[in-house]
Amino acid sequence: MPQTLDELVSRYKQGVPESLLPLLQDIQDEFGFLNEEAIIRVGSHLKLPASKIYGIATFFDQFRFVTQGRYHILVCRGTACHMSGSFNVLKELEKILKIKEGHTTRDGYFSLEAVSCMGACGMGPVVKVNGEFHKMVSNSSIQTLIEQLRKRA
Amino acid sequence: MFFDIEVNGKIIKARNGDTILSALDRNGIKVPTLCHINDLPPNGACRMCVVEVEGRQALLPACSHPVEEWMKIKTHSPRVVKARKTNIELLLSNHPDDCLYCERNGNCELQKFAEDLNVRERKFYGKKNKYKTDPSSASLLRDPAKCILCGRCIRICEEVQHITALDFIGRGNKMQVGPAFNRGMNLSSCINCGQCIMVCPTGALTEKQHPGELQDALHNPSVKTVIQCSPTLSVTLAEEFGLRAGKDMENLMFAALRKLGFDYVFDTSFAADLLIVEQAAELLSKIKEKQPMPMFSSCCPAWIKYAEQARPQILNLISTCKSPQQMMGSLLTNHFSQVEMISDENLYSVSAMPCVAKKFEAQREQMTHKGITDVDTILTTRELARLIRLNGIDIQQVEPELADLPYRSRSSAGKLLAVSGGLTEALIRTLHFMITGKEFTQPKIQELRSTKGRKEFFIKIGEYNLGFAVVNGIGNVSELLDEIEKGRNDLHYIEVMACPGGCVAGGGQPIHPGENHSRARSKAVYEVDEKEPIRFAHKNPSLISLFDQLLEKPMSLKCQQLLHTSYEKREVML
Amino acid sequence: MLRNERISKPHIYIGTGTCGRVAGAYDTLEATRKYLEENNIPARIIEVGCIGLCSYEPILDVQLPGKARVSFRNVEAGQVESLLDDVFNGHLPDDQVIGQFQNDIHDPWDTVGRIDRIPFFALQHRIVLKDCGIIDPTSIEEYIARGGYQTYLKCIRNYTAEKICDWVEESGLRGRGGGGYSTGKKWLIAHNSISDQKYLICNAAESDPGAFMDRAIIEGNPHLLLEGIAIAAYAIGATKAYIYVMAEYDLAWRRLKIALEKMKEYGLQGYNLYGSGVDLQLYLVKGPGAFVCGEETALIKSIEGKRGMPESKPPFPAIEGLFKKPTVVNNVETLSNIPYILRHGPQTFNAIGTANSKGTKVFALSGKTEITGLVEVPMGTTLKDIIFRIAGGIKDGKEFKATQIGGPSGSCIPAHQLDLQVDYESLWNAGAIMGSGGMVVMDENTCMVDMTKFFMNFLKKESCGKCIPCREGTRRIHEALENITKRSVNEGGHETLERFKGIMQLEGLAEVIRDTSLCGLGQTAPNPLISALTWFRDEFEEHIFDRKCRAGVCKELRVYYIDVDKCTGCVACLRKCPSNAIVGQPRQPHFIVEEKCIGCGMCFDVCKFVAVTVK
Ligand SMILES: Cc1cc2nc3c(=O)[nH]c(=O)nc-3n(C[C@H](O)[C@H](O)[C@H](O)COP(=O)(O)O)c2cc1C
Ligand code: SF4
Ligand code: SF4
Ligand code: SF4
Ligand code: SF4
Ligand code: SF4
Ligand code: SF4
Ligand code: SF4
Ligand code: SF4
Ligand code: FES
Ligand code: FES
Ligand code: FES
Repeated sequence: MPQTLDELVSRYKQGVPESLLPLLQDIQDEFGFLNEEAIIRVGSHLKLPASKIYGIATFFDQFRFVTQGRYHILVCRGTACHMSGSFNVLKELEKILKIKEGHTTRDGYFSLEAVSCMGACGMGPVVKVNGEFHKMVSNSSIQTLIEQLRKRA
Repeated sequence: MFFDIEVNGKIIKARNGDTILSALDRNGIKVPTLCHINDLPPNGACRMCVVEVEGRQALLPACSHPVEEWMKIKTHSPRVVKARKTNIELLLSNHPDDCLYCERNGNCELQKFAEDLNVRERKFYGKKNKYKTDPSSASLLRDPAKCILCGRCIRICEEVQHITALDFIGRGNKMQVGPAFNRGMNLSSCINCGQCIMVCPTGALTEKQHPGELQDALHNPSVKTVIQCSPTLSVTLAEEFGLRAGKDMENLMFAALRKLGFDYVFDTSFAADLLIVEQAAELLSKIKEKQPMPMFSSCCPAWIKYAEQARPQILNLISTCKSPQQMMGSLLTNHFSQVEMISDENLYSVSAMPCVAKKFEAQREQMTHKGITDVDTILTTRELARLIRLNGIDIQQVEPELADLPYRSRSSAGKLLAVSGGLTEALIRTLHFMITGKEFTQPKIQELRSTKGRKEFFIKIGEYNLGFAVVNGIGNVSELLDEIEKGRNDLHYIEVMACPGGCVAGGGQPIHPGENHSRARSKAVYEVDEKEPIRFAHKNPSLISLFDQLLEKPMSLKCQQLLHTSYEKREVML
Repeated sequence: MLRNERISKPHIYIGTGTCGRVAGAYDTLEATRKYLEENNIPARIIEVGCIGLCSYEPILDVQLPGKARVSFRNVEAGQVESLLDDVFNGHLPDDQVIGQFQNDIHDPWDTVGRIDRIPFFALQHRIVLKDCGIIDPTSIEEYIARGGYQTYLKCIRNYTAEKICDWVEESGLRGRGGGGYSTGKKWLIAHNSISDQKYLICNAAESDPGAFMDRAIIEGNPHLLLEGIAIAAYAIGATKAYIYVMAEYDLAWRRLKIALEKMKEYGLQGYNLYGSGVDLQLYLVKGPGAFVCGEETALIKSIEGKRGMPESKPPFPAIEGLFKKPTVVNNVETLSNIPYILRHGPQTFNAIGTANSKGTKVFALSGKTEITGLVEVPMGTTLKDIIFRIAGGIKDGKEFKATQIGGPSGSCIPAHQLDLQVDYESLWNAGAIMGSGGMVVMDENTCMVDMTKFFMNFLKKESCGKCIPCREGTRRIHEALENITKRSVNEGGHETLERFKGIMQLEGLAEVIRDTSLCGLGQTAPNPLISALTWFRDEFEEHIFDRKCRAGVCKELRVYYIDVDKCTGCVACLRKCPSNAIVGQPRQPHFIVEEKCIGCGMCFDVCKFVAVTVK
């Protein structure tokens, strides 16, 4: 059930700064990203200055201030995947999608992110698209994958 | 409890609870620091203060590591010096080579350590981050390229001022300092107190300047330039010329300003006297009319902005008197210009202030006439000193001169506005006269002269039992405001100064890294008060004649028009 | 019937831990479900965690009533039908059998070897991983049936907190999170500091690239960890315990959530547990993603809702930690050892391992070995045994080059040191660190400069930025390494000089970063560089002087040429070359002008006739 910002915020007690991260996580889970309105709202609820919340949200990799693409592509850049060529996969994706890591395509279909180790090191390079894993991807298999996703989109 | 430690082969005394740094400090051994702020808990970020401790593999940060009995310390061994030098070189690898064009050239801690450590070439080449400067604030200029991420501004703003306008943004080498959402400072909760400038080791935070406009005015023969100098200025300007803190150069300063080309030179202390009289009258009438109490002072623009954004519900309790700077500005454009027959566009009004918030204040809509600011340019103490040097004036060699008529004289009460508690002291003196018709016989109130962040003083004057509170350092105000909102009702007047210590420690004062000169500066102000003949604002002869000629009496209609202002709720990113 | 031992209908176990899911375990699960339905077989399907044989995933076990449980490897969805057909007909396909589990109750299959005898398991000694991949992680009943939580209850009823601290110290257990500090000592400090509130934090941040031990423990046997946490909390006098799990570990998170609810149901969480007067509240915290938040002071700040920047120690968390109260931070693996120690006595634990490193250590083995996965070995096992006996040696008959141990800021260990024992002291003496347990094996096709660059890039990105040496230093080291793996446009001038200078400065810079950084991240950041320079200096020199990457990894250093016999003159490469380095006429063989080539590899990629090759 979708929730409003107020509903999410009111689940947490007022003025308890340590609720900050879970609350931000809830908001992001619900809306897909954070924005100024959310941060100011959270700030007045938890009695935290906006500058602090923004500082914290930009410290952690998890928080975003832009929407994700319809397909959110995570490329594992952990050690094992690196050895099996994940760097090239990432570069290939950047080339195909014409975006840099951390960005979303203009049509809003794809966003690309590099993460460290997804815990399947034996099967690298690992790519995860909207929660679905793809193992041992190569430059050519990634191309096919993107084409398939494009067709679906 | 004292015990021995060994430093550089000599035994020195250390105390339980000392950090290595405080033990070394007390024994006169200097270790460079970049992130440490005296009196705040250590944070250990810059690693400049590292020392070698026998038996420890890593170098230890002196600022945060407790000293222990067994310690054998080397503070300047080759290994330590190399580490410090490397750290500076690393900082410089992401720093613009801009010293020659930098506000802090000659007074920059980074530059000083680079020099001390004999850095003579750029060691690490590589990418530098790209940043945008933030010119949006009326008071401050932020240049993140020069920021070394020491975090001192953040901590002073958060831990001392409790404003928290700034924080780190991002992580790692992409990190920078800025307000929420990395938007302009003008949209942030910054109250323009400038305390962050005072602790910034580099030129990353400076006051906003407009030197060109002033130069043009000074050299334009058809423009009459007027300057007013804050009560504080005369006791702090000397520091900029390498003289001892607290040396009073009032009349030398006036002379130097005329040499600079100012056509008229005034002392804002005169307007301070006016403020005292006007505000005392306002308070008395409020007490008599049984209006909601207490009344808050209004001369600190940083405090006003704080109230407008954080406590709009108390705005009706703030005195409507303009600050002395703006009272003077208003007199100059509305009275002086008529007396001297100078047209609006030909009067260029400058003030020299210890404060960067005054730059913001001058731009408030309420402080303009016909869309033009009453005061055109505000110089900080630092800027004024630079101007004096630029024009080749040797301030120690000039002949002393007096301020100009018609606002020539001042009382020492007006001078007291420079220090926290001074306004209240001065106000009580005049209030006493207004209530009893007699002069106050003990004008010096010791309780209000301590260095505490919050002071209270209760006195019976005539039939009235009056309570006064003095807050300095905006971080100390919210507690008192809470008490009042909860119903505390024994206070009648509350003086708030945003800077810890008052204007003597204002954000426009001379910067001495790691040293606090406000005590010496305050002492100088009190000395003025001790030895001066006129200690009561209402006895200032120039002021008396101004009332005769123009203002009639305190709180008159004329006064309302010229000397009062209004406040309104302000939306910022809190 | 709590233990799944005497069963009346067939049980099918499928490993659906993260690695299983990546390998396609959910499809296998679906296929199995369909198969059972279609064939009307009343069997139970149980999702289990991972047993550690990543490269064998998806793994499916079958247990027929009365018969021993058998494990099968690489059971893709398409193979389910034939496999189960075979099994239910009493035939086990040789090529997919891993082995069978043996006990006194069940009849063993006669054609199948024991799973604990296959080389992968034979040399392991499993304490914390013992039941991972075997039991149902969502069932507290199964955990309890195997003796779980008995130890905790015994502790709170019969033993003083102090006694427990002493026993843990006696066991010789040292922190598995990397530091290797005596767990019992740490507990005692916290136990002895007086405060109205104390906290225990379980550090499951685990954001090392290439480490997944903690995740596997939680996914496979969450109650083991929770029992360890409960005991630890009691021992230090903490009534509140936090478990800090990386946000990406969604499965681990869900398993923990279920497990916590079950604990509550069984009265193992709450106030005055079983009348003992002991209170325990457990909280789950989702770490929002920053490697440095694995560092304990940063982790604490992050739980407090602050930026995860480390603080100077002292004061140590055991004196002043979360919300300024005494706090013990322990790693998942550390805590998962606790129930064993207290159940079997400190001496039993103490008997495993070497003089100063007791017990076992779990490693996440990845890279170029035949088998990748999780192994748990007694301290003191040699690298050779782990890599060549347990993991089956190097894949595809390639040559072993080095192994990186200790995570991104660990060290590489070259071939001639393969006899090194893994325990805290031996590793330390060899200039390496235990770290949290990542072990990456590299073969001849790995470029050491590239690997070092990879680690430095990681550390650069993960540096919190608080202190100068780490923030600015890691970045300059990374840049220097970039420079030597990049093809320079103009070999003559400034750039070459910079490349040399950068390298000359590396070692001095590394020393300062190590000596002056605030937290462990910076202090160990130079390790990969220092160790690679020590053992593989020649590879660095080749990159710098000969501009050559012998492993062929550094793409820009490759030299391309066109095989005139194969080139058809299709001009595809000529059109694509970004630096106009290719000359030739249509339908004539083309040539690459070496001086102009920037090594981008574009021609290599576009040539349909495999005419472009790498020298
Ligand atoms: C940069 C950095 C990252 C760390 N990451 C982890 C981690 O992911 N998991 C962990 O248990 N300990 C990690 N540690 C070690 C912790 O700081 C701490 O020592 C450990 O959790 C203590 O638990 P133990 O005594 O059980 O080992 C890390 C340390 C550093 C410096
Ligand atoms: S901040 Fe200091 S070092 Fe930087 S340019 Fe200015 S004076 Fe030079
Ligand atoms: S200090 Fe050196 S660089 Fe600066 S102006 Fe003087 S000579 Fe030039
Ligand atoms: S001027 Fe004052 S309020 Fe504004 S950022 Fe600086 S310290 Fe904070
Ligand atoms: S702006 Fe100045 S005080 Fe603030 S972090 Fe940067 S260098 Fe330090
Ligand atoms: S205390 Fe004085 S210097 Fe500070 S902001 Fe207020 S008026 Fe300016
Ligand atoms: S060493 Fe690195 S991660 Fe640790 S505090 Fe310093 S900058 Fe942050
Ligand atoms: S590698 Fe790139 S630059 Fe070199 S010849 Fe091929 S396409 Fe041209
Ligand atoms: S693409 Fe291949 S075949 Fe075509 S011209 Fe180039 S080298 Fe020759
Ligand atoms: S390194 Fe990619 S999954 Fe572990
Ligand atoms: S002054 Fe000690 S670390 Fe900065
Ligand atoms: S078997 Fe599951 S982690 Fe590998």
